[in-house]
Amino acid sequence: MKKINTPLDLNKTKSLKSGQEVFLSGTIYTARDQAHKRLSEAIKKGIRLPFALKNSIIYYCGPTQTPRGKVIGSCGPTTSSRMDEFTPRLLKSGLKGMIGKGNRSEEVRGAIKKYQGIYFITYAGCGALLSKYVKSVKKVAYGDLGPEAIFKLEVEDFPLIVAIDVHGGGVYGET
Amino acid sequence: MKEIKAVKITKAVRELVKRANFYLRKDVLFALRKAYRRENNRRAKNILKAILDNAAYAQKENLAICQDTGLPVVFAQIGQNLKISGSLKAAINSGIKAGYKKYALRNSICADPLSRGKIGFSPCIIHLDIVPGDKIKLTLLPKGFGCENKSQLKMFKPTSGLDEIKNFIIDAVKNAGADACPPYVIGVGIGATADYASIMAKKALLIKLSVKHSKLEEDLLKQINKMGIGPMGLGGKTTALALNILTYPTHIAGLPVAVNISCHALRSAEIVL
Repeated sequence: MKKINTPLDLNKTKSLKSGQEVFLSGTIYTARDQAHKRLSEAIKKGIRLPFALKNSIIYYCGPTQTPRGKVIGSCGPTTSSRMDEFTPRLLKSGLKGMIGKGNRSEEVRGAIKKYQGIYFITYAGCGALLSKYVKSVKKVAYGDLGPEAIFKLEVEDFPLIVAIDVHGGGVYGET
Repeated sequence: MKEIKAVKITKAVRELVKRANFYLRKDVLFALRKAYRRENNRRAKNILKAILDNAAYAQKENLAICQDTGLPVVFAQIGQNLKISGSLKAAINSGIKAGYKKYALRNSICADPLSRGKIGFSPCIIHLDIVPGDKIKLTLLPKGFGCENKSQLKMFKPTSGLDEIKNFIIDAVKNAGADACPPYVIGVGIGATADYASIMAKKALLIKLSVKHSKLEEDLLKQINKMGIGPMGLGGKTTALALNILTYPTHIAGLPVAVNISCHALRSAEIVL
């Protein structure tokens, strides 16, 4: 079983092929629709981002509230394609990895290849199960967005499938 | 006249919130297990196993089956001989709010669709129906939006052929593709008006997956599963677990068809008071 750690760099990702299963350990940041809009606008305006994008991984996830006695609640992936319009700009600014569910646009596939990023998918609709692999959670920014805030997660052996590799090869084909 | 206090409705809704979000429907579990057994593709089988493990873990740990605990949709069938003391709609929304808070579910409702606004647990969507009798039946369907976003409505011509309608339904599933957590359950509403067809499509998701299906339903399901989208869109035998159709008489000038897609985490719970 292939294991990788954050931060990502090309040495770790260039050998990963679409379809391959990997287990990720380290730091990932949640961000979905509204957080993407804000990150994208901040980049446009040259404002400092709430976390360093360089070699980072964004997880398209808005967890439930945290039940008493748990590290995190249910925390599965949301549909990635809604983030497509913001993704090329984030990749250009140093983002390396994304975790979500479903296919990406042609532009995103192109940007992944150009900036040598990587797109993973994880078990969709399995948020309870995925909570087992999250070891700590810290709110980082945009608290007013509730579940759409940016959370810093420490994960251990988080199960992923490479959906678009650094060469632009995709698990869903070219449709 | 029989009377029910609004607070009793609030309490019942609060418990429906727990049941729907923590315990996957038995008929859905049954269909998933069947899909798991008949799958040969290793990856698809692994994903179906993860989905079943997730349901078991959610139930055991009192965790939401999916972090998208949905926009709660409540169907209330009210007996016309039942008097409700207090506000029914306020009682339902109080139960939703109390349940989502108590069971640490997600606050996914933004107050304004355009400015988005403050995020909270309510209001939910309420569909009311008046029926004979003196009871009230409440059904909660927490609808995740990954799949709700794939809903479709088309107003066909009254002279449209069945093949056109079938293609529209199949294309709706194709369009959902890998995005909305397949294997899906497909709800279809045919007839009535644009609004009512859409409600029927959603109501069709409440029908037990194990009921005897019509030939049209079976044909469509077969064709959908032939597409091979499979669990997580990575290929496999099961793209949809079931397809349910509801119909209603319509106008001589039209033929509305609505499709409402559910992810594999099709959650609902009901109670009769």
